Amino acid sequence: MSNSAIISVNKLSKKFGDFTAVDEISFEVSKGEIFGFLGANGAGKTTAMRMLCGLSLPTSGEARVAGFDVYRQNEELKKNIGYMSQKFSLYDDLTIKENMRFYGGIYGCSDSFIKTKTGSILNQLHLEKDAGKLVGSLPLGWKQKLAFSVAIFHEPKIVFLDEPTGGVDPVTRREFWKMIYEAADSGITIFVTTHYMDEAEYCNRVSIMVDGRIDALDSPAALRREYNTASMDEVFLKLARKARRDDG
Amino acid sequence: MLAVKADNLVKNYGKKASAVKALKGISFEVQPGELFGIIGPDGSGKTSLFRILTTLLLADEGTASVDGFDVVKDFKQIRERVGYMPGKFSLYPDLSVAENLEFFATIFDTSIEENYDLIRDIYVQIEPFRDRKAGKLSGGMKQKLALSCALIHRPSVLFLDEPTTGVDSVSRKEFWAMLKTLQTKGISILVSTPYMDEAAQCDKVALLQDGNVLTINTPAEIVKNFDGKIYGFRAANMLHLLNELKGLNEVQSAYPSGIYHNAVMAEDRLPSVLSKLKMDHPLDLEQVELTPTIEDCFMALMK
Repeated sequence: MSNSAIISVNKLSKKFGDFTAVDEISFEVSKGEIFGFLGANGAGKTTAMRMLCGLSLPTSGEARVAGFDVYRQNEELKKNIGYMSQKFSLYDDLTIKENMRFYGGIYGCSDSFIKTKTGSILNQLHLEKDAGKLVGSLPLGWKQKLAFSVAIFHEPKIVFLDEPTGGVDPVTRREFWKMIYEAADSGITIFVTTHYMDEAEYCNRVSIMVDGRIDALDSPAALRREYNTASMDEVFLKLARKARRDDG
Repeated sequence: MLAVKADNLVKNYGKKASAVKALKGISFEVQPGELFGIIGPDGSGKTSLFRILTTLLLADEGTASVDGFDVVKDFKQIRERVGYMPGKFSLYPDLSVAENLEFFATIFDTSIEENYDLIRDIYVQIEPFRDRKAGKLSGGMKQKLALSCALIHRPSVLFLDEPTTGVDSVSRKEFWAMLKTLQTKGISILVSTPYMDEAAQCDKVALLQDGNVLTINTPAEIVKNFDGKIYGFRAANMLHLLNELKGLNEVQSAYPSGIYHNAVMAEDRLPSVLSKLKMDHPLDLEQVELTPTIEDCFMALMK
């Protein structure tokens, strides 16, 4: 495994009974990279992501994330990553500021850090005047942008984003990706899943999972060349249509 | 007779002063046999509209009819003749696949055999799991079962509320192929989606935002009416390029769009834009002229 890799995965597998959800996947992600983790429903993406976040123990294989072993150091690992789940996970009945205070506290940030960071996020999102508003009262697009800011509040080395833009309007979806670009530019590694194939193009590299295995991994441009197609959508269709297993 | 007619529908939730205005006066018509798309993001009012048309919610103002029946007076007739697939999975998780289908057939006073031809293409894909509890099915399978249950009484109008949200692009394409087949059997379909690429598959679409209709037209006309010129730009540092495009006064709006960043210009100002961009990207700048998509049109209308 190379030194610059912030995620290194070697023959990682997860079995549930006799069902192999993730089947010996191997890959590396470099520091500061935007890595797209694609696959059809049921291909094994969520299971793989849960193992990398230290939330589920692998059946076999090796993985290190931010320098920590997923078997033995999963608690340390969790402190060094950010995670934004598919389901909105901020507290609707806390204000914007209270949510930041809460998540900062959970990650063990100091009071002075929380204060400075809250200020800079509110400034960046132009939400200074709304800091006292309940999160539940915000439009979905704002909630998603806020959830992302909270996921990287403690300045993790990596942030895992599970379908962050599902159902969001096209303008907000673009604003969200601009935030991702900016986070990557500041050195945070981005690991993201999406069903929007235009978003696959925004990644430095993408992997495509089919039936628990990684069937393709390269830059979007290289994949388009390799599969001789004009778009990532067609690359995805060519690969995902080979899937044999029922998506359950 | 129109399949659906909505006339100035208004719906507010909550007390007057702080009310959430979900629908702000929506009107449209769906012709019999039409595949009509309601395209809009979360919170645009799609679900409120569907619930009013399927007689599950009363509008505050305005009128609506389905197959010529009034949504308030004739709610019983409407319930007999519409199929509704809500955005949230609403079948019985503790009944099996076959039991769910049988249940819906029975309450509509029909049988699976009687209308099997209508659901066959969809149901055969889940039949191998007929004894599995519905709650244990995967997302794609749940969606197929829900569609089968919504069709089992041979409805004349089918309402599908975000049937493909969170579904991968292969399954989305399969789902839309199924809708086209149903259309050939004479069923009118009203379908909502946040995916702009699905709009192109509809006969006609209404673009919804914040409870208002932005436009109603055929996908081809919407694209034809796009005002301006779009070029795609690409360079090694895409973040830098995006910020630069946003700062140019020739460019009305710039946003990432797949391989390229799209830049919309009121008139063709390519040479002047190129000369500015080439200062910072002398070797790696690529540009293409693009035909607008529904998504480009929607973004322009949202402004």
